[in-house]
Formats: sequence, C-alpha cells, structure tokens
Amino acid sequence: MFRGNIDRLVEPPLRLAGFVCAAILLLILLFLIKEAAPVLTGGGWRLFFADSGWYPMEGLFGILPMLVASLVVMLGAIMIAAPIGLGCAIFLQYYAPPVLAKAFRLLLSLLAGMPSVVLGLWGLTVLVPIIGSWQPPGTSLLAATIVLALMVIPTMALASASALSSVPGSLMNGAAALGLTLRARICYIAITSAGAGIRSAALLSMARAIGETMVVLMVAGNVVQYPSGLFEPVRVLTANIALEMAYATDLHRASLFASGLLLTLIVLALAWLAARSNESSKQYG
Amino acid sequence: MNQMTPNPGKKVYLNQGSETNHTSYTLSEITEAQPCCLPEPHIQVRDLSVSYGEHQVLETVSLDIYKGCITALIGPSGCGKTSFLSSLNRLTDMMPTAQVQGSIRFDGEEILAVKTDTLNLRRRIGMIFQKPNPFPLSIRRNLYLPLKENGIRNRKQLAQKTEKVLREVGLWDEVKDRLDSPALALSGGQQQRLCIARALVLEPEVLLMDEPCSALDAIASAKVEELISSLAGRYTVVIVTHNLAQAKRVANYAGFFWMVEKVGKLIEFGQCDSLFETPESELTAAFVSGVCG
Repeated sequence: MFRGNIDRLVEPPLRLAGFVCAAILLLILLFLIKEAAPVLTGGGWRLFFADSGWYPMEGLFGILPMLVASLVVMLGAIMIAAPIGLGCAIFLQYYAPPVLAKAFRLLLSLLAGMPSVVLGLWGLTVLVPIIGSWQPPGTSLLAATIVLALMVIPTMALASASALSSVPGSLMNGAAALGLTLRARICYIAITSAGAGIRSAALLSMARAIGETMVVLMVAGNVVQYPSGLFEPVRVLTANIALEMAYATDLHRASLFASGLLLTLIVLALAWLAARSNESSKQYG
Repeated sequence: MNQMTPNPGKKVYLNQGSETNHTSYTLSEITEAQPCCLPEPHIQVRDLSVSYGEHQVLETVSLDIYKGCITALIGPSGCGKTSFLSSLNRLTDMMPTAQVQGSIRFDGEEILAVKTDTLNLRRRIGMIFQKPNPFPLSIRRNLYLPLKENGIRNRKQLAQKTEKVLREVGLWDEVKDRLDSPALALSGGQQQRLCIARALVLEPEVLLMDEPCSALDAIASAKVEELISSLAGRYTVVIVTHNLAQAKRVANYAGFFWMVEKVGKLIEFGQCDSLFETPESELTAAFVSGVCG
C-alpha cells in the first residue's frame, strides 16, 4: 500500500517532465513556423528554390546553394567518419586488450563531448593553412568536411561499438565453434547482425554533422555558391543563420527562420530513420 | 527410432563386419545390431579442471569418449557439464577468465596444448548449442559460410553438400523451396536441425551437444532426438542433457556429474544401461531414480 502511494506521488512530476520534453520540440517547431510564416505563405517559399542566389539586400533568397553545400559537407564527413568510426568500434570490441579498450572508450567519450569550437580553432589555425599553402585560400569545402568528420568519429565509433556489443554471444560462440576465424566472425556475423545499429549510428552522426554550426562557420569560408570543387569556399545553412541573424529584418529574417525549419526537419527525418533502423535490429535480439 | 542396447559383447557391428559375411545376418539382426560401441577411445580426458577466475567449476574429471558412440552427460545445473563440453573444442578460449587444466587427447593429440590449431580443431569437433543459433542470414548462407571459410568455393560442390546435410537432418523437403529466405524465419525445431546441419556440413568427427532439445517443444524435441540417434556410429557424440529419459534412449555411455563442496565432479561413468540400472554410487542411484537433483 505504501508502495502504491509512492507511485501515485511520483507519477505526476514524471509525467510533467515527459510532457515538457515533448512540448519543447513541438513549441520550437511552432515557433519556427510562425517566424518563417512571411516567406512560407503567399508562395514565397518558392523563391527559395527559384531565386538565382542569396542576395538578401536585393530581395533574393535562393537557399539552394547553401542547402547543397550543407548536404555535400555532411555526406563527405560521414564518408570519412563512418569507416574510421566503425574501425574504431571493431578494434574496441574485438581486438583491444581489456585495459586498452577501457582507456580507448574513455578517450572516445571525451572526444565526443569536446566543444566543437575547439576543433574549429584547430581547423582554422592548423588545417586551413596547410590546405591554403597547397590550394589557396584554404578555407574550403575540404576543410569543413575534414573537421566535421573528426567531430563525428567518436559518435560513430561509440554508437557502432554499442551495436556490436549487443550482438548475441550465442551467435559469436556458434561461429567460433564452426572454426570461423575472428575476421570471418566479424565480417559475416557481427557486422551483419549489428547492421541496423551501425546504420543508425551513421544516421545519428549525419544528423550531428548537418546541425553543426561553429566548426563549419570557422573553416568553410562562407562564400555563398554551389560547391564546385573541394578547395572552393562554401557557406552552409547553419552558418548562414548564425552570420546574418543579428542584422536581418522582415523577409530576410523570416527566410533565415525558414532555413532553420528546413534544417530541423532534416535532422528529425534522420533521427526518425535511425530510430526505425534500431527498431528493426531488435528482431535479431 | 530404434533403441540403443549398448552391450558390446552381444551384438554384431555393422562397421566392423566384413563385406563377405554380412549376408549371414537376418534383417532383424541387422536393425537390432548397434553400429557403434567399439570401446575405442576417441577423446581421452585426464584430470580436467576448469575454473573461471577464482571460481572452480570442475575438478579432476577423467573419462574416455568412445568413437562412434553417444555419450550422455547428466547431472543438475551448474555442475560443470557445459564447461566440460566447451573444453573439448577449446571454446573456453572465448571466455577471458576461463582456465582449463589437465589433459585432453583427441586422436592422441593434446587439445589443451598452446600450439593446437583451434580453428582446425573446431572444424573436426562440431558443437550444437542449447538455444538454436542460426546466423541472421539466409538458410543457404548459413551452410555456405562455414564451407566457404573452409576453402570450398565451387558452386556445384557447395550446393551438393548443402543438399546432403539438409537431407541428413530431415530438413530438405521442408526448406528446399526457400533456401534463400532468412534462417530466423524457421521454427525453433527447424532452426536447431539447421544448426546441426551446419555443424555436419564440415564433416566433423565429433559432435558436442549442449542440451540441444531443452529449448524445443515436445514434437520438435522428438525429431531432434531421432536425428541424434541416427548419428550414432558415424559420429562420436557427446550430449549434455537434463532429460534422463532422453539420455537413456539415445546414449551408449553416460557420465553423472554432481556438485561436491561447490565444485563439479564426475561421480560415475560407464555404459548407459549399467549407470541407470545398476549404478555403483549411491548418489547416482538417487539421482537416476529421481530422489535427488
């Protein structure tokens, strides 16, 4: 009876916490939609994709070059980060001696939590000059991709490692009992049965990459143009919002909110795909 | 399912009899005869002890596992039967804290030696687990994977071997039209038979079975049991089981494990009949009659 009372006492605050959490997302979306309304209504949104470029002073709000830049940087970053992150996860899970594995895992967690501005600082002072001495100006698509990749490797590695660690021991033992080498056990059994989890790790890393602002702002060069080469400076959507929010008014301001809304929807879609992928992995449990 | 009467002296052995005189047996004699139980040791275990870290689970077990026979290991949970089984194919290596001491000779070679090629050993000594563990691949790939890893790449050979083992475990007619569908879509009993097929496809000499029927329903269990009986003579089988009736039905030899001062020990080992009918130890007598355990 006492226990029942405690449950009744604890439930409302917990329910409230859950509600607040869900409400935040909903309110943010509503807020974005409201602020972006001037461009979204009246067919203004079409300008996003129709206008020849981003010239807010002249009333041209074509975000397509920046959207493409965002997507290219994200895809480039995940193409670098996914194999390295998965490699780290496999090493951590199957090859590293226990003491090293523990230290390595700690290191990855620290890296995952590192403020992105620090990475940006490194990129700006070390990476950009190196690229610049080879292909000026240095601030470029390539610099943004590399720094973003470094930023999401820990996320990719930790999430993949957790997917690999949930591969049932009975499968791995079964494979070992058939005389399969460790390489075969990893390639055919572990990665196959953790496949959904690994995909979800990649999707989460992509969500993190496309939402990142500071790092890209610091090293990408911020010239609004379609990415035409690895060494060309580009501006991504997130950076654009950060750069112009301070002085934007009217339609300009609304179109920045609209870009924010678009980014949010992309991240939500990636997160949803990741969750779905994880869900489907449970059938192997 | 033909019942085992493991009494080497009485019957004629098919695998021993020469081709010339086999016509002198009537059919009933042949079906009654046991194609096994030549007392020829295949695996000799001496003073085997297993511990996990500080915790010892098995102490000084010595027994012989005879070629072509089914040896059942019985006893309550937690008395080291599975650890014993895992030592035979060095699967204990997969557990970082496991320590195995003593001697296990397989065809005269020391299994526990550091230089033993465990991959090769495990190809010669197959293992079936308590819970069916087909890989999350298609039925076909479950069988192709071990073959391919063993260097067999020829498509025709792969297909032939696959059909042969699937027929052997009685699964061919049930799955021949859906070899490319996921193995996990099979029923529990089918999954377990697939796992047995997967072990057999490598043509092992010995099969270790860790309670292969305990996760199955009665009908599936009966099928698997029938399959195990049919393996006698061609393979050396070691089966851990909690089902005494099953042990009695399938096994030629039986070993009884029991916890003595929290450590698993082999109390008695001998022909299945004598262990069940005329046990030497009082503990065995109590266990097989259901008084304890």
